[in-house]
Amino acid sequence: MIGIVGYGSYLPRYRIKVDVIAKQWGADPEAIKRGLMLYEKTVPGQDEDTITISVEAARYALQRARINPQKIGAVYIGSESHPYAVKPSATILIDALGIGPHVHVASYEFACKAGTEAMYVAYSLVKAGEMEYAMGIGADTSQGAPGDALEYSASAGGSAYIMGKENVIAEILFTNSYTSDTPDFWRREHEFYPRHAGRFTGEPAYFKHIYNAGKTLLEKSGMSPKDFQYAVFHMPNGKFPQEAGKKLGFTKEQMEVGWISPWMGNTYSGSSPTGLAAILDVAKPGDKIFMVSFGSGAGSDGFVYKVTNEIDNVRNLAPKLRDMLDNDKIYLDYGEYAKFRKKIILNE
Amino acid sequence: MISPRYHREVAQRYRLEAGKCKQCGNISFPPRLICPKCKSKTFETVKLSREGKILTFTIIRVGPDKFSKETPYLVAIIELNDGVRLTAQVADCNVDKVEIGAKVKMVFRKIQDEGKSGLHCYGYKAVLV
Amino acid sequence: MSNEMRSRSAGRDVAVIGVGMTKFGELWKKSMRDIFVEASLKAIENSGVDHIDSMYVGTMSGGLFVGQEHIGAVMADYLGAAPIPATRVESACASGGAAFRQAYFEVASGLSEIVLAGGVEKMTDGADVTDALATAADQEYEVYNGITFPGLYAMIARAYMHQYKASREQLAHVAVKNHKNGSMNPNAQFRSPITLEQAMKATMVADPLRLLDCSPVSDGGAAVIVCSLDYAKKLKRPYVKVVASAQTSDTIALHNRESLTALKCVSVAAEKAYKQSGLKPSDINFAEVHDCFTIAEIVVSEDLGFFERGKGGCAASDGMTSIGGKIPINTSGGLKSKGHPVGATGVAQIIELYEQLTGNSGERQVKNAKYGLAQNMGGSGASCVIHILEAV
Repeated sequence: MIGIVGYGSYLPRYRIKVDVIAKQWGADPEAIKRGLMLYEKTVPGQDEDTITISVEAARYALQRARINPQKIGAVYIGSESHPYAVKPSATILIDALGIGPHVHVASYEFACKAGTEAMYVAYSLVKAGEMEYAMGIGADTSQGAPGDALEYSASAGGSAYIMGKENVIAEILFTNSYTSDTPDFWRREHEFYPRHAGRFTGEPAYFKHIYNAGKTLLEKSGMSPKDFQYAVFHMPNGKFPQEAGKKLGFTKEQMEVGWISPWMGNTYSGSSPTGLAAILDVAKPGDKIFMVSFGSGAGSDGFVYKVTNEIDNVRNLAPKLRDMLDNDKIYLDYGEYAKFRKKIILNE
Repeated sequence: MISPRYHREVAQRYRLEAGKCKQCGNISFPPRLICPKCKSKTFETVKLSREGKILTFTIIRVGPDKFSKETPYLVAIIELNDGVRLTAQVADCNVDKVEIGAKVKMVFRKIQDEGKSGLHCYGYKAVLV
Repeated sequence: MSNEMRSRSAGRDVAVIGVGMTKFGELWKKSMRDIFVEASLKAIENSGVDHIDSMYVGTMSGGLFVGQEHIGAVMADYLGAAPIPATRVESACASGGAAFRQAYFEVASGLSEIVLAGGVEKMTDGADVTDALATAADQEYEVYNGITFPGLYAMIARAYMHQYKASREQLAHVAVKNHKNGSMNPNAQFRSPITLEQAMKATMVADPLRLLDCSPVSDGGAAVIVCSLDYAKKLKRPYVKVVASAQTSDTIALHNRESLTALKCVSVAAEKAYKQSGLKPSDINFAEVHDCFTIAEIVVSEDLGFFERGKGGCAASDGMTSIGGKIPINTSGGLKSKGHPVGATGVAQIIELYEQLTGNSGERQVKNAKYGLAQNMGGSGASCVIHILEAV
């Protein structure tokens, strides 16, 4: 049996409401909330970035896995906001957590699906017998251009997954990927903000890849939507994942627990991995989870998990996602938000 | 170029590694060559507790250049549960609501940047629990 | 290594025979060299000597403030004193006191007869003052994490106020008293009195310390001439005798100190100084103490034995440390009002002692001043230099 042996998430405490952003740009907050099904999003503190978020998420994953960090053979962080363009984020994470130095480290990038890529590769190395344990992390402090639609959703947070063969809490039964050259959203080197192709990001990008990856995964697994207790998809806003899930044949009830974007925003590489963590916090032994991520550019990674009896032993060893999402929030006004997100031009 | 100076402190700043005197048990953070209490020179590496309490603090309203955009921020002298004291910022808090004796835990945060193209410098901060 | 305190003095008796200082303030037209030379020439003239054998220059950081090191050589050159030995002495804000102590050793040991001890700092030439001053603290474990100098003393203030129930007003009274004294000092940077309300309402710098709780950024120089007591007697000019010289060190980081509400480096140096001179705190008629921040004066006054632990707070508000009070402190205006060109401060304190003990302080005169104490301190209390001088 190969799968997840430890998981952890981290969300910053800061939030900004959709209403506040809308007011700033003279938009109608109710229309935004209705259209995107977003209410508020997480904002990273000035001292937080993809690396600090990954370290805290990974620390919780280690608490749940209860393994010697030195046994981890690879650590991959997937993000589109790595603090360095050259110097992998995980080189800092391993020293912070006492992992390595006999460890393989790399950074992954594929817009919002870099996290699931890291998870897939980590899982594959364990499956191939290359190492006992490997960690895949999806974390981001994504940027939305001022006044752009993405400003309502681009948020911060991440989740870490340790893959292994012993004391597995969620077995990985099937995986697949579906990729094509679809220019729906990108960022050129040295540009501060990404760009996107408006409505083209919907049908031809998000829905096409999630649907095809999802359909193929169902075929590969020989299962149908009703066999699953939970489903989670990449969540660029509140609306898209519900539509995609419905198209594949999943119900609102199945998607409920993992559907956290209305309050979290879109944590990009952390999106579906964090939805998965919310599910693992409550899932019961025997439950099956269907997950498909999406990264612009474009591609999707699919996973089928089966929760084991071990989940009850580890769930409470670290903070739960819902606690982090719902409690101890600090709300910002637009000025503070702009300062934190470095959107203000300073005299440097 | 501060790489060597930064790199030397990574074990202390990232993992809170300290030196415990083998003779008298006094813990020096950061580790030292000679024990300030008993003057012995043999040590073992230990990891400090990540929990503690605030002994005293201040709110920096006029900050040095590197931190000028983060004011007001709170800096405290914290006593960890193993008796070791250190100076650290207390993050994510309402600066007007902190009190002496408040319980904290240590977290991993970015402390400062070396300008626009230099190193990101990480280390420890505290958060209220 | 024994920690026994020595109570014997260094050798023969030493006297201060002349003093000189520049005004303290923003001296835009004067360079670091100009300032040091001006103060030194005044001191030499005031002393009546026609040569000096050696010189010490106390300065915290010529390098960070004006990009200049090798200060001893620079100043000897510009003073026209080459080829005498010239040494720069550094102990952060106690550089001046430490420079004076070196001069004292050189005369007491018999190695030289006439030595100049000077201090200078040029802080307004555009350097990042906060960063430069922070080098007096632990760079890797205090400053790296965002603390500033006012922040360190603010933490001491908060701990002190919490433990002894002292009030913000008590701190403000120190500032008011020192500005009142400074208004009578022609060399002071700030020469107008301030009100309690102004001190209480000034901009907050690091809670609970406000702008008027903090000493300013200043340029300035001060110098004194030191020689043997026998030589001083021959010169037939006013002189005072050095009866104690003590210096201590403590942990560089505030968080490693034994106490957050007492400055051990001061109390240990004070004990040494009292033992050397055979005096008690109650024998001291007035003192210049290192009020880099108002809280420092309060805590130091306790460490010096003038007040019981926890009772230093009401010293200023009750008038006990005013001129004419039980133990006048900082009759010069202190660092607060006179200014704090870092390296010059310790020497300027000696100058105030000399003027008071030779009856030359005009409106600021302490009556029947026989013994004066100067306490100079580096960083948040990592080094301390204390001298006691006697009127003869």
